[in-house]
Amino acid sequence: MTWSEMQPLLSQACWDTLYMVGWSTVIAVVGGLPLGLLLVLTDKGGLLQNVVANKVIGQIVNIARSMPFIILMVALMTFTRWITGTTIGREAAIVPLAIGAIPFFARLVEMSVREVDSGLVEAVQSMGGSTWKVVRSVLVPEALPSLISGTTTTVIALIGYSAMAGTVGAGGLGDIAIRYGYQRFETGLMWITVAILAVVISVLQFAGDFAARSLHRRTGRSAGLLLFRPLRGVFAGTAAADAVRKG
Amino acid sequence: MITTSGLSKVYRSRGREVTALDGVDLHVREGEVFGVIGQSGAGKSSLIRCINLLERPTAGTVTVDGQDLTALAGRGPRAGRELRRARSRIGMVFQHFNLLSSRTVQDNVELPLEILGKSGRQRSAKALELLDLVGLADKASAYPAQLSGGQKQRVGIARALAGDPKVLLSDEATSALDPETTRSILQLLRDLNRQLGLTVLLITHEMDVVKSVCDSAALMEKGRIVESGTVSELLATPGSELAAALFPIGGEATGDDRTVVDVTFHGDAATQPVISQLSRTYNIDISILGAAIDTVGGLQVGRMRIELPGRYEDNVVPIGFLREQGLQIDVLGSDATPALVKEGAK
Repeated sequence: MTWSEMQPLLSQACWDTLYMVGWSTVIAVVGGLPLGLLLVLTDKGGLLQNVVANKVIGQIVNIARSMPFIILMVALMTFTRWITGTTIGREAAIVPLAIGAIPFFARLVEMSVREVDSGLVEAVQSMGGSTWKVVRSVLVPEALPSLISGTTTTVIALIGYSAMAGTVGAGGLGDIAIRYGYQRFETGLMWITVAILAVVISVLQFAGDFAARSLHRRTGRSAGLLLFRPLRGVFAGTAAADAVRKG
Repeated sequence: MITTSGLSKVYRSRGREVTALDGVDLHVREGEVFGVIGQSGAGKSSLIRCINLLERPTAGTVTVDGQDLTALAGRGPRAGRELRRARSRIGMVFQHFNLLSSRTVQDNVELPLEILGKSGRQRSAKALELLDLVGLADKASAYPAQLSGGQKQRVGIARALAGDPKVLLSDEATSALDPETTRSILQLLRDLNRQLGLTVLLITHEMDVVKSVCDSAALMEKGRIVESGTVSELLATPGSELAAALFPIGGEATGDDRTVVDVTFHGDAATQPVISQLSRTYNIDISILGAAIDTVGGLQVGRMRIELPGRYEDNVVPIGFLREQGLQIDVLGSDATPALVKEGAK
């Protein structure tokens, strides 16, 4: 295969991956942030303490978290068809990707928000602030550097998920690597996709770290998740994919 | 201004009950600085959190500025609108400052005003005015991480004052600060108390805090108020633990056949040469074991531990003379007064 043959395939695949990962990240953040906050707020001693709700949300998140992504994808096919009208293509892939990432991100949000000093919550309460005010002025802004790190981790995990979505016809870089690299022995093309993934992941990780750290530097506090970030640089892609596969 | 009656707080966890407050009756008058002192675990923190209902009391009532807060609380753990409005009129400062690190100093001070629904212009005008009042006008756009401990607490105080409260609760506000900074923060609280007529309820484990700013004080032990009153009342109470702790003097008797007497001077008596009068009138030798003069709650107070030759029975007349001079006399070791020197009083 010559470069002129590969080039359009690769650029389309890159765009597809970006599209799938981009939209599912947006949906994961929009869905996971309130869910993660609810996990903290409804917990024992929380502002909206509700043991039943906490158990129910926690259980749903756990089940969705521990489900191997490839199974989740297949299991959600009916739902996907109901939403998008099809189960093939990048739009269809967004549905299981987002649903897989919401609980993942929710747990990261929960971890970040739990690290916020409870004294700050108490301070806002002592001023007469409502629960909503506490969420808006304390929990989210104070956890922000850590939330940004969590988003980076989620995006990288989603790139791993999206490669798997490629196996069932979603398109993207994973699809190219499997169809050409694996099934047609186009080793050159496969290595190029690996290289592209490595570069993309490194850039994302760097950008995420930079954003979190610059916030951290301004406010001078420890940025929680930054410290035990498991995914880093070039190895991040394989680590994420491994983690997903082990499910 | 603040009245609690029969205030109790019981924590239940895993079937065990811990009583943090056991029927606390507290009365803080308008415009005074009231200190609650006690060791850690005595229930001070629970007490101050029950005043603005951050902790729900198990029993009893809390009234602040004529308003029964416990009646506003409702049943659930969540604070209703009425309680939140009442809280916005009670300022609170914290041991660890509790400033939002994601906001500048000015935005931190504006936070209570946001809760009150003030417009942006009103908020920034008020915040700058308060920062000026606490001496931090130049730090408005700094982040809390860039400030020293004392400066952070000044911001905390400015923030607590933003809602124009009549009452300020101070939860160990100086316990995380060095002695020098502690003095300046206490001075600030004192000034605010005088200038704004602010009623201050502070809890502390440091006797020096009570000594330097409080008009009244209460001693707390095991969830109960053991002693309470204005500083001069406490000093005038024979055998008061709080008075002895506020004003500790040491010194042991040099022999068995001696009488050791603690003499407390306040008011006019402090300026009279009573000891030399005593010595001349009764022709006895007096040794001074320990003495100190200090200002407690704005009053000049002196305390002296003296030793007279002979047993108590031999010294009834000289002691009677001292009492006649309007001095407060505590005879050590006699059955009439309990031990004055508390261990670890300072």
